[in-house]
Amino acid sequence: MEQFAPVKRSQDGQPVRYLIVDDSVFARKNLARMVESFGGQVAGEAGDGVSAISEYERLSPDIVLMDITMPQMEGIEAAEKIVRDHPDARIVMVSSVGYQENIVAALQRGARHFVQKPVKPEVLYEVIKYVMREDGTSAQSAGAGA
Amino acid sequence: MRMELIQPFINSADAVLAQGLQSPTSIENLTMEEEAYRRKGVAAEVWLTGEIEGRIIFDLDEETAVRVASRFAGAELPESDELVRETVCELANQIIGNAVTTLNDQGFHFKVRPPTLHTAEQGSKSSEDTEALVMCFNTVSGNVFMNVALRYHRRRSAERAAVAG
Repeated sequence: MEQFAPVKRSQDGQPVRYLIVDDSVFARKNLARMVESFGGQVAGEAGDGVSAISEYERLSPDIVLMDITMPQMEGIEAAEKIVRDHPDARIVMVSSVGYQENIVAALQRGARHFVQKPVKPEVLYEVIKYVMREDGTSAQSAGAGA
Repeated sequence: MRMELIQPFINSADAVLAQGLQSPTSIENLTMEEEAYRRKGVAAEVWLTGEIEGRIIFDLDEETAVRVASRFAGAELPESDELVRETVCELANQIIGNAVTTLNDQGFHFKVRPPTLHTAEQGSKSSEDTEALVMCFNTVSGNVFMNVALRYHRRRSAERAAVAG
């Protein structure tokens, strides 16, 4: 997989820690490989919205990559509950269902961004940089594909 | 069957496969079928309900599923039943999700049920108004079959026609 300039936390220069939430193991593994190619660290994974909330509480990740359509609790509802308790939570929705209604609903409930599946690594990389930059995080060099 | 319902699924399958496999695809053996569906390999079935209703089946053999998973992941993956099932379902998810996005943006509203593995050797027979369109996507990793049987919901269709005038 293509390598990218590592995205680090600006406050301590440590790798960004991710929580990956998707009911598909296959999708989680693909996302894990991508974030590792961004220099990130997978802090944890969850397969539904309920587990996502408990894993967020337990791990306090820097960023959550959240699918929408999942069993037990969908991603938008889980994102809303996480952001209600942790207003600084950085949640990026990652879903194949990318119609306007869904995107608006996710953003209104506190998600920071939306990436449509199939995920292109260079798109996710730019979104991660953008979302993390809002709170002060740096990439070691500008641009993807370094 | 109305092509405007089917086209988003064809476009989406083509785009998702081409992007994930990093290679173009071509469509072979486009046929209309009224006979019962016969499973070819590991199949995922997705049902739609609402203004559009019906079902879509994705079907690929195990070796193709492993090759597809490896291409999507960018690394050779070991064959396992779980990997095969996951691949077929996630492929269905991504293709249907992208097609649903297009149809939703065109004003159609409906619900999509999560993919389920289609384990029967033979599916239900199509009826006259849900005749199935079957196509084979020829990809660098092998053949991916898509079977689409969709129709407009009768009552919603009549309401739509009445509004249109």
